[in-house]
Amino acid sequence: MSLDLFFQYLFAGITYGSIYAIVAIGFNIIYNATGIINFAQGEFVMLGGMISISLLQFMPLPLAIAGAVVITMGIGALIEILFIRWLESPSVLRLIIITIGISILLRELALHVWGESIRSLPYFYGNEITTFSLGSVHLSPQVMWVITACAVMVGGLNVFFKGTPIGREMRACAANRTAAMLCGINTRNMVTLSFMLSAGIGALAGCVMSPITYTQYDSGASLAIKGFTVAILGGLGNSMAAVAAGILLGILEAFSVSVVPLAFQDAISIAILLLILFVKPHGLFGSSEAARLKDF
Amino acid sequence: MNKRVQHYLGGCVTGVLLLAASLQTAQAGTVKVGAIFAVTGPASFLGGPEARSAEMVVEKINKAGGINGNTIELIVKDSAGSSEKAVSFAKQLIEEDKVVAIIGPSTSGESMAVKKIAEEGKTLLISCAAAEVIVDPVASYVFKTPQKDSFAAQKIFEEMQRLKISTIAIAAGNDGFGKAGKEQLEKMAPTFGIKVAASETYDSKATDLSALVAKLKADPAIGAVINWSVVPAQAIIAKNMRQAGWNVPLFQSHGFGNIKYAEAAGAAAEGIIFPCGRLLIVDSLADNNPQKGLLIQYKSEYEAKYKEDASAFGGYAFDAINMVVAAIKKAGNDRAKVRDAVEGLTKFPGVGGIFSFTPQDHNGLDIDSFAMLTVKDGKFIPYKGQ
Repeated sequence: MSLDLFFQYLFAGITYGSIYAIVAIGFNIIYNATGIINFAQGEFVMLGGMISISLLQFMPLPLAIAGAVVITMGIGALIEILFIRWLESPSVLRLIIITIGISILLRELALHVWGESIRSLPYFYGNEITTFSLGSVHLSPQVMWVITACAVMVGGLNVFFKGTPIGREMRACAANRTAAMLCGINTRNMVTLSFMLSAGIGALAGCVMSPITYTQYDSGASLAIKGFTVAILGGLGNSMAAVAAGILLGILEAFSVSVVPLAFQDAISIAILLLILFVKPHGLFGSSEAARLKDF
Repeated sequence: MNKRVQHYLGGCVTGVLLLAASLQTAQAGTVKVGAIFAVTGPASFLGGPEARSAEMVVEKINKAGGINGNTIELIVKDSAGSSEKAVSFAKQLIEEDKVVAIIGPSTSGESMAVKKIAEEGKTLLISCAAAEVIVDPVASYVFKTPQKDSFAAQKIFEEMQRLKISTIAIAAGNDGFGKAGKEQLEKMAPTFGIKVAASETYDSKATDLSALVAKLKADPAIGAVINWSVVPAQAIIAKNMRQAGWNVPLFQSHGFGNIKYAEAAGAAAEGIIFPCGRLLIVDSLADNNPQKGLLIQYKSEYEAKYKEDASAFGGYAFDAINMVVAAIKKAGNDRAKVRDAVEGLTKFPGVGGIFSFTPQDHNGLDIDSFAMLTVKDGKFIPYKGQ
């Protein structure tokens, strides 16, 4: 393999990986707050893309993206308040089934609102064929936007969770809900907030990736599966690990093209997921001890 | 008082009788036609315009008084692209609704699943899917309106010979359409003296193909790429090729025939070459073209009614329903006679081409039903070589 080809694969892999990672971070935030996997996470990504595309007709791009993020956060909060908040100590299984139901509901709603056609935001910089070259490796500027957005999100979340009072309250709620409640933290509000946060992150991801991947009413489901794989691979609940696992999986998928047809991409990622679940069930970067505490 | 009640009752009875009578005539004067389209799901880009086109035709005919005074009742079933659903809908339409004919399904996989059921139920099926196997081998009750895959492949290879391209790469989605196209291309390439240096399959829902493009680009012998897939992959591969700075000609299947896909690929769509029916270049057709009047009529009616661009896919269903209507006009509400009438259609102008069915040919189109198109300044124009 020539060096050029190596780098071209590498960057393709980092692009996929960053997209997976952002979706996985959304899974992690809600998992930390509630202990459930929100299977409607992919739909938040789709909604972010679709809403921003619709808003773009009335306002400039940055405003449309901001508007889409805010509206999707509102939808996230609404979903939590309508479907989750009033349940009295629901089982994890019940919550998961509820989120699957919500994802189907959102997908069908999107089909009625936006129809079945594919849409996309314009490229943030340049157009479909703009590239810049690093040596002989060609990259679309949008790839840089995706990678930057991913980095900013991880950095921002770190500051939020470690440095702000609300972030600390959310972490307390994640570590031990009963204890957090005894300390005077309104744990129910924290759960609502976690839904808003992961909806907002999903929506932003949906906006930056839309020029590359396009947005369709059903594009959320496949993203959710990849994001879920990455979240498990990195160790549930750990956002930095999700980024590392996402990029690792993306690179593996990209390089696998040189050996097997691209259609086997998904088979490879699922095989890796199974392997991890057998060998290291708490993820590449998760510790079994932490996971046991979580269950308790 | 008594008399008044009697009068009133009498009025009621007459009214009920009249109502019953009118109901009966309405029933006798209705011809049921079934339709199975993938209105939602992964093939909704086909099924959506197809269902809307068929509904538009039926509505127009009923408004004008129906066929010989009989109104058509179009029963549209949404298969969501699933073969299982298509099969159960086909059974339901044939056995319960007693339709005289079925148009659809939208995809090749569904059509193949339904083929046997239509044959056993002795009900006319006019498929709107592309694969050649639907009508080859011929089943007496099964027809199809889209042009054959092999004609599309042949058109592309002829163009390559003209451009003196000898080595190519094929990329195809892993759905029914992509698989059938890839087989067809691999089979036909040698007869045109063209070498297939690489043949790749990718997930039809793929969101980025830059790794695949990097792999193909690494082989300097490849002089052109043929991509056989549905949206959005056909726009993604165009973008990824141009982003990689790879400027070999990109050929697409007739599945590229919707201006929305060219818009989706934006600047990367420029110069894509693909075979398609003439609907998309109707403005540049000569006035004596036998299809021109019909194409303009379909395009303007569809676009006025649904406020979206007409596509070749909607045209498949437009042709199918028009054939059924023409056959009912001739043969009435009788399944076997309607089938015979469709097989007897010759020089029948449609959106896809001029149809002439024979007992051996249930597609009825020839290779001239395809024209080569390209994209220039975001618009489809006839391709005239470089």
